[in-house]
Amino acid sequence: MRILTVIKQVPDSNAAIKVKGDGSGIETAGLKQVCDPFDEFGVELAIQLREKGNDVEEIVAICVGGDKAAEALRTALAMGADRAVHINDPKFQSMNELFIAYVMAEVVKKDEKGYGFVFCGKNNIDLDSGAVGPALAEYLDLPHVGAVTGLDLTNGGKSFVARRRVEGAEEVLEGETPALLTIEKGLVEPRYPSLPNLMKAKKKPVQVVTSAELPDIDASTAGTDFIEMSPPPPRPDCKFVEGEPEEMARELVRLLREEAKVV
Amino acid sequence: MQPIDPYDFYRVGDLLSDDERQVRDTVAKFVDERVLPNIAEHFEKDEFPREMIPEVAELGLLGCTIDGYDCAGLNYVSYGLMCQELERGDSGLRSFVSVQSSLVMFPIHEYGSEEQKNRWLPALAKGEAIGCFGLTEPDGGSDPGVMKTVAKRDGDDWIINGAKMWITNGCLSDVAVVWAETDEGKRGFLVERGMKGYTTREIKRKFSLRASVTSELFFDNVRVPDANRLPKAEGLAAPLSCLTQARFGIAWGVIGPAIACFNEVLDYSKVRVLFGSPLSHKQAIQMRLADMSRRITTAQLLVMQLGRMKDAGTMHHTQVSLAKWNNCRMAIDICRDARDMLGGSGITVEFSPIRHMLNLESVITYEGTETIHQLIVGGELTGVYAF
Ligand SMILES: Cc1cc2nc3c(=O)[nH]c(=O)nc-3n(C[C@H](O)[C@H](O)[C@H](O)COP(=O)(O)OP(=O)(O)OC[C@H]3O[C@@H](n4cnc5c(N)ncnc54)[C@H](O)[C@@H]3O)c2cc1C
Repeated sequence: MRILTVIKQVPDSNAAIKVKGDGSGIETAGLKQVCDPFDEFGVELAIQLREKGNDVEEIVAICVGGDKAAEALRTALAMGADRAVHINDPKFQSMNELFIAYVMAEVVKKDEKGYGFVFCGKNNIDLDSGAVGPALAEYLDLPHVGAVTGLDLTNGGKSFVARRRVEGAEEVLEGETPALLTIEKGLVEPRYPSLPNLMKAKKKPVQVVTSAELPDIDASTAGTDFIEMSPPPPRPDCKFVEGEPEEMARELVRLLREEAKVV
Repeated sequence: MQPIDPYDFYRVGDLLSDDERQVRDTVAKFVDERVLPNIAEHFEKDEFPREMIPEVAELGLLGCTIDGYDCAGLNYVSYGLMCQELERGDSGLRSFVSVQSSLVMFPIHEYGSEEQKNRWLPALAKGEAIGCFGLTEPDGGSDPGVMKTVAKRDGDDWIINGAKMWITNGCLSDVAVVWAETDEGKRGFLVERGMKGYTTREIKRKFSLRASVTSELFFDNVRVPDANRLPKAEGLAAPLSCLTQARFGIAWGVIGPAIACFNEVLDYSKVRVLFGSPLSHKQAIQMRLADMSRRITTAQLLVMQLGRMKDAGTMHHTQVSLAKWNNCRMAIDICRDARDMLGGSGITVEFSPIRHMLNLESVITYEGTETIHQLIVGGELTGVYAF
C-alpha cells in the first residue's frame, strides 16, 4: 500500500508569537519553525509499518506552505519518507484550515494510484483545531478515526484495528483501508533524522504544485472563512497583598470572595 | 523591523545555508530532549553518560565531516554548529564527540592506510568502537615536541614504551591514536585494547568535565605491528593538524555554554526582585548582560568567518588559535559572571553556570592553553616564537 503523511510547518513551541498588526496572521520573520511534532507521529508510524514488514510501497509526505515549509518536508524525508509533495502558492497561504485541507484533497485526488492510509497529527501545535484530518477525510470521502493510540493491520493491510483513549476507557475500532487516521501522542516516538539522512534527503524527489495545476478554488469553497487573529487581552495587573501572614491570609480570602468572587 | 533575538543579536543565523540550519536545529532538539534532562546528574555523579553513545552515533554526529565510510560528509560550519549545540548540553559530551571525530577518525582518514580506514572508520562512526588520542605526557603538555614515549623497530613490529596523561575517552577506548618518538622522527600508532603491556587508568577527583572520562595510558614494551602505524603521518605536523581540527570545534563549541548561561541569567534577572525591582532593571546588571551579549555576538561572527575560510580551504591554523583563545575566554568569563549573578543559587547544579564554568576550566586548558594560543598569535605577528 501507499501511505500519505500530512505535514505542517509550525512555530517552534519555545518561540515567542507575535500577531501581525493587521490581524492577518503571525509575524514569521526570524521565527523558528519546525515540522509539527504531531505530524511527525504520522511519518514515524508509516516508517514503522514498513519496518515491521508490511508491504508499504511508498511513503509520501504532503504539505501546504510557502518556500520555508520545504524544511519541514525535508525533516519528513530525512526521517524516511520516500518523496514529498509541496503545495506552494501564495494563493494557498491561508490561516483557514478547512481551505488548506480542501486544497490538499484536490491534489491527492489527482493521484490515481490512491493511498491505503492517510496519516495526520491529531492536531497542530499552532492553531490547535484538529480540523485538518477530519476535513481532509471528508473531502476525500474516506472513513476517519481520530486520536489513534494503537494500530494493527489485519488481512494483509486490507483492514485495520485502531485503538483510541476515551474518558475512562479504551475504544477499539475496526475498519477497512483506505482510511484516514489522526495520530495521538504516545503511539510512536518519532526518530531524530540523522545527519547523513538529512543530506540524503536533499536528493529525494519533491514535487511542487501551484494553483495553475488545480481547479479554481478559493477560501469560500471550504465552508468557513478566516476573519482575523488578535493577540490575547493583556493580563490585568497583579495585586500584592502585604502585611503580617495572618493579615495577608485574611485579606486574600476577602479578595477572593468579594472581588474575584471565586470562593 | 524584525525583533532582536537576544541569543543571535546580529542574526548570524541568517548567514547559514538551509543545510546548516537544519543540522543545527536537529542537534539542538536532540540536546534539549535527550541531554539536558539528565546531564547535571551525570556531572554530579562524576560519570560519563555511556548510554548516549549509540544515540549520538545513530544521529550521525561521529566523524560527520568525513565523506564515505558511513559518515555524513558535512561541511565544517555544520560541524561547528553541532559542537556548539552539544556543548550547550555539556562540554564533556562535546569532548567525547570531538575526540572521536577530530582526533581519532580525522587522523585515520587523513594519515591511515585504506585497510586501517575500512577497519576503523565505519565502526567508529557507528559508536561500536571508541577511540582516544594520546599526545600529552606527564612531563608537560604545552611542549609536545619533547616526547618521552618511544617506539623502536623490531623486525616488522614496533615496541612502544612510555606513558600518556589527561587522555579523554582513554579507559573507554578500543583504539588509541598514540604519538611516539622514533629514530625516524615522531610517528602515530593505532594501539588496540588488549595488546600486551598496554593499560589505562582513569583520572579521578576531577572537578571539571565530570561527565567525561579522562585517563592515563601506560605502554610497557607494547608490541605493535607496522600495519598499525599511520603510514602518512610524519613528524609533529601530523598531530598538530589534528589539534587544529579539534580547536576549530572548540572555538564553536564554547558558544554553547555561554548562551546557556546567558539565557538562564537573563531570565533570572527578570524575576529576581531585590531592593523593590527586578535585577534586570538595575544599571549594573544591564551592563553585565549587555557585555555578555556583545561578547557572544563577537564570538559568533568570529567562528562564522573562520568556518567559511575552513570550508574554502583558506584557513590558517593561527586563525584557529585566535578563535580558540577569544571564545574560551569569552565563555568562561560569561559563565562565571552568570554564576555570580545567580547569587547562592548559582553554586548548585540546579542551574547550569557552575557546571559550565567548571567544565570550561578544562576547555580553556586543553588543546593548547590560553597562553599557548596567545604565544602562537604573537609568534605569527612578530616572526619570533617565544615559548
Ligand atoms: C580534561 C582534560 C582532557 C584532556 N584530553 C586530552 C586528550 O584527549 N589527549 C591529549 O593528548 N591531551 C589531553 N589533555 C591534555 C591537555 O592538552 C594539556 O593539559 C594541555 O596541553 C596543557 O598541558 P599541561 O597540562 O601539561 O600543562 P603545562 O604545559 O605544564 O602548562 C602549565 C602552565 O604553563 C603555561 N605555559 C606553558 N608554556 C608556557 C610558556 N612558554 N610561557 C608561559 N607560560 C607557559 C601554561 O599556559 C599553563 O598555564 C586533556 C587535558 C584535560 C584537562
